[in-house]
Amino acid sequence: MNRENKQLTQANPFIPEPARIVRAYHLTEDVKFFQVRIVDMEKALSFKYHPGQFAMISVLGAGEAPFSISSTPSRPGLLEFCIRKAGTVTSALFRLKENDLIGFRGPYGNGFPVEKMRDKDILIVVGGLGTAPLRSVLLYCLDNRDQFRKVSLLNGAKRPAEMIFREEFFALKEREDLECYLAVDEDDTGTWTENIGVVTTLFPKLKEVDSSNTYALVCGPPVMYKFVIKEFVNLNIPKDQILMTLERRMKCGVGKCGHCAIDYIYTCLDGPVFTYWDVIHMRELI
Amino acid sequence: MRIIKLKKGNLFPFLEIISEEADLWAPVKKGDKHIFKAVDDFSQIELGTTRTIIPPRKIFLPPTFNMFNVSEKGYNEDFSHITKKILFGIHPCDIHGLLTLDNFYKQAYMDPYYLEARANTLILGLSCWPDEYCFAKSTNTHTIEEGFDLFFTDLKDFFLVWIGSSQGDDLIRLKPELFDESLKDKDIQTYINWQAERDKAYKWDLNFTAMPDLIELKYGDPLWEKLGDACLACGSCTNVCPTCCCYNIMDKQFLGGKDGKIIRHWDACTLEEYSEVAGGENFRKKRSDRLKLWYTHKLQAFISKYGKPSCVGCGRCIVTCPVDINVRTVGKTLLGEEADAFWARLNKEVTK
Repeated sequence: MNRENKQLTQANPFIPEPARIVRAYHLTEDVKFFQVRIVDMEKALSFKYHPGQFAMISVLGAGEAPFSISSTPSRPGLLEFCIRKAGTVTSALFRLKENDLIGFRGPYGNGFPVEKMRDKDILIVVGGLGTAPLRSVLLYCLDNRDQFRKVSLLNGAKRPAEMIFREEFFALKEREDLECYLAVDEDDTGTWTENIGVVTTLFPKLKEVDSSNTYALVCGPPVMYKFVIKEFVNLNIPKDQILMTLERRMKCGVGKCGHCAIDYIYTCLDGPVFTYWDVIHMRELI
Repeated sequence: MRIIKLKKGNLFPFLEIISEEADLWAPVKKGDKHIFKAVDDFSQIELGTTRTIIPPRKIFLPPTFNMFNVSEKGYNEDFSHITKKILFGIHPCDIHGLLTLDNFYKQAYMDPYYLEARANTLILGLSCWPDEYCFAKSTNTHTIEEGFDLFFTDLKDFFLVWIGSSQGDDLIRLKPELFDESLKDKDIQTYINWQAERDKAYKWDLNFTAMPDLIELKYGDPLWEKLGDACLACGSCTNVCPTCCCYNIMDKQFLGGKDGKIIRHWDACTLEEYSEVAGGENFRKKRSDRLKLWYTHKLQAFISKYGKPSCVGCGRCIVTCPVDINVRTVGKTLLGEEADAFWARLNKEVTK
């Protein structure tokens, strides 16, 4: 046994890369959009990731937390994040301005299996801030439109003002190569022209679903999963083609700190994207 | 592997010489228990220790240490807590604990802090004699074939010394005349007898092979709720477990805001805030869920991933838990054995 030889040939995986906030603006009252560029230009341009992966973002003094990457790898150079002010790290991020520096580590996690999803129908169901990870895969599908068959999107928010990227989604409704339906739980403006009701009320609008050739993706508040998955199952979409991305507490992102452990898997290494079969199999997931 | 002999009286002279190479850590007495500590006075070393309060993991990953010094120039790795050490008197089960951590810290991303500390520490193992809590024979961690530089088997008048690495051999070469290269048949027989006696001295055992299935079958069993009611969520079982290594990170920012430190400290999955995310959602708010995670991880999940449990049978959870929730009581309960006394007490004291 010679431990000496096995010594650190790898770089320290906990060192963040400095990144600059290029743009930051409010999407809703408590959700902000951040456009970020890794300071080292070479690294910024060669940075590769999959839709659905996440990054650890840090602000000195406040700490580090995991965030889904909302941009698509098909548009390299800039990384985008939708962040809700919810704790210490996010509060610190909200205080930062354009041009300020943050720490960035990643990408981590498995991401969506876009290779397997090729030549299949894609059905994306979004609730509230669930847009953050699903926007990445949605934009990826649209940028590589010829690689996928039918793309459908159901998006629900509490109120019109809380629909993240509202304008982007309304613009998508105009596209002919995509089915896009929007809903709000309640319309406090009196001007909402789309559906009123929870996101599952949009399912009847879907035209013919070729279930065995469909990948169904969902992300939203914890309460939403049960109801949306029920709809997917009713549509006969195979359990291992129902994909969801999950949130957990993480302190390292690289399978060491233990916080995101479920059974023998680590959400940061083996997730955050899981199939419905994983969920049935492992029970503690949702 | 080469095996040589060391007379009892030659141990301290040997430790004296090797302690010039690095800090010598060994078990010493603290109250009526034992701890691993850096020693100068070898007479303090307790050769007959069963288990230390905290496992040797603390020597590699201290309860709190600084990972980075941060300044405007960036992150500077801080390895200043890592010094050259020789760890003497570590028992087979604890060496297995370190091997388990090695597997864990080398998978996917390597953890430089653990591996650097590991590379700077020589392991001088020592045989032991089980007490009523030990069950290392059930986990097959009562013997050891790798993971040490030297291993001393205490055979009363002399030690048999296994040389496990080239660094271990270097230590021997510092003063080879202290050792005796020629083993006699009598010595070998003494060892065989000792081993047979030692194996017989284990007072209880647990069928670990049955655990993965039982945990799966009894996933919804009310036993978890009951254990949750009794658990104090103090995290002691985690602190004393040789294979527990979850941690938390804390930023320490200096006045002015430009400089700071990134501190890493032990965490425990049995603590309430362990799985809590920003915004208040807690994926394991119930103590029963957190206990279930602890036991699922040790007795089931680790077996699926590494082919063996992450329990090494040291018995620390048994002597530590104030309410008697430990691998023995939980394991026996899952097996439906001997559970009555424990549950009777639990019902009497907790579920009133």
